[in-house]
Amino acid sequence: MGGGTAKKGNRIMNWSNISEFFSMGGYGLYVWGSYGVTLICVVGEILLIKNRHRTLEKQYGLTHDINKKETTHETTS
Amino acid sequence: MAINWFKYSSPASFYSLAGKMIPFFTVIAIILLAAGLYVGFFIAPTDFQQGEAYRIIFIHVPAAWMSMFLYVVMAFWAGIGLAFNTRLSAMFASAIAPTGAMFTFVALWTGSLWGKPMWGTWWVWDARLTSELILLFLYIGFMSLQAAIDDPRRADKAGAIIALVGVVNIPIIYFSVQWWNTLHQGASVSVNQAPSMATTMLLGMLIMVFASWMYSIAIILKRIRVIILERESHTSWVAELQKKGTVS
Amino acid sequence: MFIWIIKRDLLLAVRRQSDVLTTLFFFIIVVSLFPLSVGPEMNLLRAMAPGIVWVAALLASMLSLGRMFSNDYMDGTLEQMLLSPQSLSLLVLGKALAHWLVTGIPLVLMAPVLGIQYDLPVDALAILTFSLLLGTPVLSLIGAIGAALTLGLRGGGVLVSLLVLPLYIPILIFGAGAVEANMAGVEFDAHLSLIGAFLLVSMVFAPWAAASSLRVSLE
Repeated sequence: MGGGTAKKGNRIMNWSNISEFFSMGGYGLYVWGSYGVTLICVVGEILLIKNRHRTLEKQYGLTHDINKKETTHETTS
Repeated sequence: MAINWFKYSSPASFYSLAGKMIPFFTVIAIILLAAGLYVGFFIAPTDFQQGEAYRIIFIHVPAAWMSMFLYVVMAFWAGIGLAFNTRLSAMFASAIAPTGAMFTFVALWTGSLWGKPMWGTWWVWDARLTSELILLFLYIGFMSLQAAIDDPRRADKAGAIIALVGVVNIPIIYFSVQWWNTLHQGASVSVNQAPSMATTMLLGMLIMVFASWMYSIAIILKRIRVIILERESHTSWVAELQKKGTVS
Repeated sequence: MFIWIIKRDLLLAVRRQSDVLTTLFFFIIVVSLFPLSVGPEMNLLRAMAPGIVWVAALLASMLSLGRMFSNDYMDGTLEQMLLSPQSLSLLVLGKALAHWLVTGIPLVLMAPVLGIQYDLPVDALAILTFSLLLGTPVLSLIGAIGAALTLGLRGGGVLVSLLVLPLYIPILIFGAGAVEANMAGVEFDAHLSLIGAFLLVSMVFAPWAAASSLRVSLE
């Protein structure tokens, strides 16, 4: 079993060092360009939903406080 | 013990169900994503023809498949919403559309970035890229129609009709574009013939496909919760939710 | 009822000449713009002629889609039509065919004249006209769905084109393809039969879909 992992061990690092990994055999621009844009789209989508939630809460918070203010007003008078 | 599935067709109970499911799917998505990228970048060998550029396949093919699959799922929910007048399924359709459009854009972007080293140009009028572009127009049409109509009920039904008309047209558009021009090499992964890719490449890609499934489910559930809140803001259960301050 | 609605719409169109003429002049102007932009070089124009004429016909018929239902919507006759015992799909089919007669036929008649501008061979002109004759009703029928969906919306005109253009693409491909195939000497009847198939399918489904979108829009 040990041998297996050893063999996989040396093949595991297709890239001998980090810079080669980023150059991606000369195609770095294309590979990382596409992965980067995908990352931006995914993160962008999540942020979009988050701020939609926030505007919603802000809108709720507002309507909610108004109800509270109104009711307190009635009771005090 | 018959579970009453219809309980979850009401937005209120589905809201809490979705809330419980989101973390579950997000965790799986992240695990699968890490595994897929690991296999894709570290285990899969370099391709003899394209060198390293082929690694874009690990994001291009899942995105393309997801974009088409999500449109069909969207049309399915839109059809159910139209037929049974259930508001929740219509909300599902409008929750799916942005994610589908995102995947279509990613598929187009990565397709053209992959095309540059392989065919030498950023955009090639190839049959599959073109029908992917038209699919993006269909998504944008659906979303802009829903945005243009204020009354949510009419927006749902109008969106449902255009989604159903669109889904009927997808095969027609695909085959007419195919007939019109096909540059693309034969489908390297098609159901019948054996894939002409090394197994590790295929494995990496399939893991990425499942990762994108899990991601889409999580993000769509997240968006549908927001849509439910937006549409049910006048109801009492949302007000309670707000009082408890758990409008998470 | 079906014949009545076509007669009525034709009568309305004749009274308001401007609608018919604007679509026609739009078609002529768009087709004549291309040589100015691309240059007078003949065989380049001849190669592009089918595509240009078809795209111009597509845009011209889409231009007047917005008005298909909006006038009746404004003065309430559309609601009466919804309430009438007649099946709504038949009415919508009538309106779509009336729209085709008002906008489609002039385009078909004008196409050969414009084809000469692009020095198309005679049989290519015949195929162009025939493919337009088959194709323009499909444009009106599918356009009826878009027009019904965007009834009474602000910015409806632009929205109709966004909704309907992707659905026009197969007809555009086979329409222009038929003429190109003819000019290239390849047999073209496959293209024409496909457009005929689109025509039959859309004649059945489009009115039904447009009727349900009308009900949705007018609720």
